[in-house]
Amino acid sequence: MSSTLITPPRFERPNPIAFAIALAVGAFVVSSFLNSGLGLDQLARGVPALGRILGQMLPPSLEGIDRILWSLFGTFQMAVAGVVLGLVLSLPLAVLAANRLSPHPFVRSSVRTLIAFFRTVPDLVWALIFVIAVGLGPPAGVLTIMIDTIGFAGRFFAEAMEETDDGSREALSAIGATRTGLIFSSVFPAAMPSFIATSLFCLEKATRSSVVLGLVGAGGIGVELKVAFDLFDYQIASTIILVIFALVVIVEQAGAYLRNRLI
Amino acid sequence: MTVELLETMTEAERSAASGAFAPTGPSPEPGNPAVHAAELRGLAKKFGERQVWDGLDLDIRAGEALAIIGANGTGKSTLLRALVRLTEVDAGSISLLGQPVRDLDRRGLRQLRSRVGFVFQRHNLVGRLSALTNVVHGVQSRASGPRTWLQSLARAEVRGEALGCLEAVGLADRALQQAQSLSGGQSQRVAVARMLMQRPELIIADEPDASLDPVAGAEVMRLLFRIGRERGATLVFVSHHMEHAVRFSDRIVGLRDGRVDLDTASTRVDVETLRAFFGPESAASTGEKA
Ligand SMILES: Nc1ncnc2c1ncn2[C@@H]1O[C@H](COP(=O)(O)OP(=O)(O)OP(=O)(O)O)[C@@H](O)[C@H]1O
Ligand SMILES: [Mg+2]
Repeated sequence: MSSTLITPPRFERPNPIAFAIALAVGAFVVSSFLNSGLGLDQLARGVPALGRILGQMLPPSLEGIDRILWSLFGTFQMAVAGVVLGLVLSLPLAVLAANRLSPHPFVRSSVRTLIAFFRTVPDLVWALIFVIAVGLGPPAGVLTIMIDTIGFAGRFFAEAMEETDDGSREALSAIGATRTGLIFSSVFPAAMPSFIATSLFCLEKATRSSVVLGLVGAGGIGVELKVAFDLFDYQIASTIILVIFALVVIVEQAGAYLRNRLI
Repeated sequence: MTVELLETMTEAERSAASGAFAPTGPSPEPGNPAVHAAELRGLAKKFGERQVWDGLDLDIRAGEALAIIGANGTGKSTLLRALVRLTEVDAGSISLLGQPVRDLDRRGLRQLRSRVGFVFQRHNLVGRLSALTNVVHGVQSRASGPRTWLQSLARAEVRGEALGCLEAVGLADRALQQAQSLSGGQSQRVAVARMLMQRPELIIADEPDASLDPVAGAEVMRLLFRIGRERGATLVFVSHHMEHAVRFSDRIVGLRDGRVDLDTASTRVDVETLRAFFGPESAASTGEKA
C-alpha cells in the first residue's frame, strides 16, 4: 500500500512573478550596501579606531560631575514637563479620534491624521523646527516632547477607549445621559489602567529622547555630550553616557514596577 | 429587602425630589392621564434580508406589568430597544409616554429616555467603579456635570438617594465595593438600583433573569415587579422563563413570525401551554438559530 504514495516535491515550482520579485529585492539589498559605501577598508580602519576611542574614554572622569548631574536632572524635568503637557492635550484629541465617541467621521479622520503626522515625523526634526520657532534651549525640547507624546498617547488613548465595553456606555445613553456624561462616567474609568500604562511608556520614551535633543540645541544633557566630543574630552563623554544610561534604566524599571502595581 | 425598606426609600426620594434635583422631563398632564404607556402601530423592521417584524401592533397599558415572550430571534430585544430608539425601525409609529418616539429630536429623545428605566440582560455596570458610583450614574437622566460622575463628587442628597436605592435592592452594605467584584445577581440588583435612581415612569427589562441562577433570577424579577407595583410604574419585560412570565406579570404577549400571536391575561394561561408555543424549545419550528 505504501507504493501508492507519491513523494511530494521538496520545493514548489517557482512562480515567474514571485521569482522576478525575489530577484529585484535581492538586487536592491546588494545595491544598498554598495551605495552606502561600507567597505572592508572602512571596517579595517574603523574597528581599531573604535577600540582606541573606547580606550580613551576609560576611566570615566569625575571632573564636573555635579554640573553633569544637574544637567541630567534638568533634562529629566524637561521630559516630565513635555509629557504632562502632551498627555493633557492627548486626552481630548483621543476622544475626537475614537470611534463612536467622535462627533463626526470627518473630525475623527482629521484628528487621526494629525496624530499620525505627529508620530511619524521624527523627534529630532520637531526639535529642529522648534529651535527655529522658540530659540535654543529647553523650551524647544519641552515642545518637541509634547508633540511626540501626543503622537503616541493620542493613538493609544483612542484605542483604549474604543476597546472599552459598550455595555455600560449604552446603559447610560439609554437613560438619556449626555455625551460628556458617558465619556467621564463610563469610558474614562474603564480605560484608566490603559491610560496609566500608556502614560508611563510616554515618560520612558520622553526620557530617552530628551537626552539626544541637546544635540540639535533643544536643551538637555545632549549638548554637554556634544561639547565633550567636540573637545575630545572622551573621559567626560563616557561619564555623561553612563549617567544617561543610569537615568533611562531607573525610569524604565520604575515604570515597569508601577505598571505592575497599578494594573 | 423588605417592604419597609422600600417605603423608607420612597421617603428619602420624596425629600430629595424637593431639592435641586427635580425631574426635568415633562410629566404627563394631570388632567390627561395617559391610558397607554406605549402605542405601537404597524411596526416593520428588517436586518439585511431578515424581516424581524412586519406590521406589529401593540398597546402597553399604563401601570401594567407586561411579559413579552417568544423564541430566539423573534425580535423581542429589538422591540424593547425600538421603544427608546436604541434601534431605528423601518416603518410604523411608536408613541411612548405620550411622545412620538420616531419624530423626537436629540433633546426630546434624551428627555424621554430619562423617564424610562432600562435593565439589560447583562448588568452593564462600570466594573472598576464602586456600586454606589454606578447607582449615582442613574441621576444623569436628570442632571449632568462632574457631580454625577463619581459618588465622591456627588451632592449629599444624591448620595443619600443612591444609598437608598441600594438599600431597596438589599445591597446597602456593598456600597463601596467595586462592581466587578460583585456576583452576577448582585450586579444585576445594582443595575436595578441605578434604574431606580432615575425614578422612571416605565421600566423596560430585557431578560434581566437570563444570566443568573434560578434563585437570583427570580429575586431580580420579584424586585422589578414589586417596584413597578409600589411606584405605579409600567413594567415591560422579556423572559425565557415561563414561570417568571406568568408570576410577575398581569399580561403576556407572545411574538411569533413577526407579529403578536398571543395576548392574554397572565391568570388565564399556564406555564406548560406557554412553553409549548413560545418557549425556547419552539425555536426549531420558527426556523431560527438555537
Ligand atoms: N444589530 C443587528 N444587526 C443585524 N441583525 C440583528 C441585529 N440585532 C438583531 N438582529 C437580528 O434580528 C433578529 C431579532 O433579534 P432580537 O435580538 O430582537 O431577538 P430576540 O427575540 O431578542 O432573541 P433572543 O431570545 O435570542 O434574545 C435576529 O435574527 C437577530 O439576528
Ligand atoms: Mg433578546
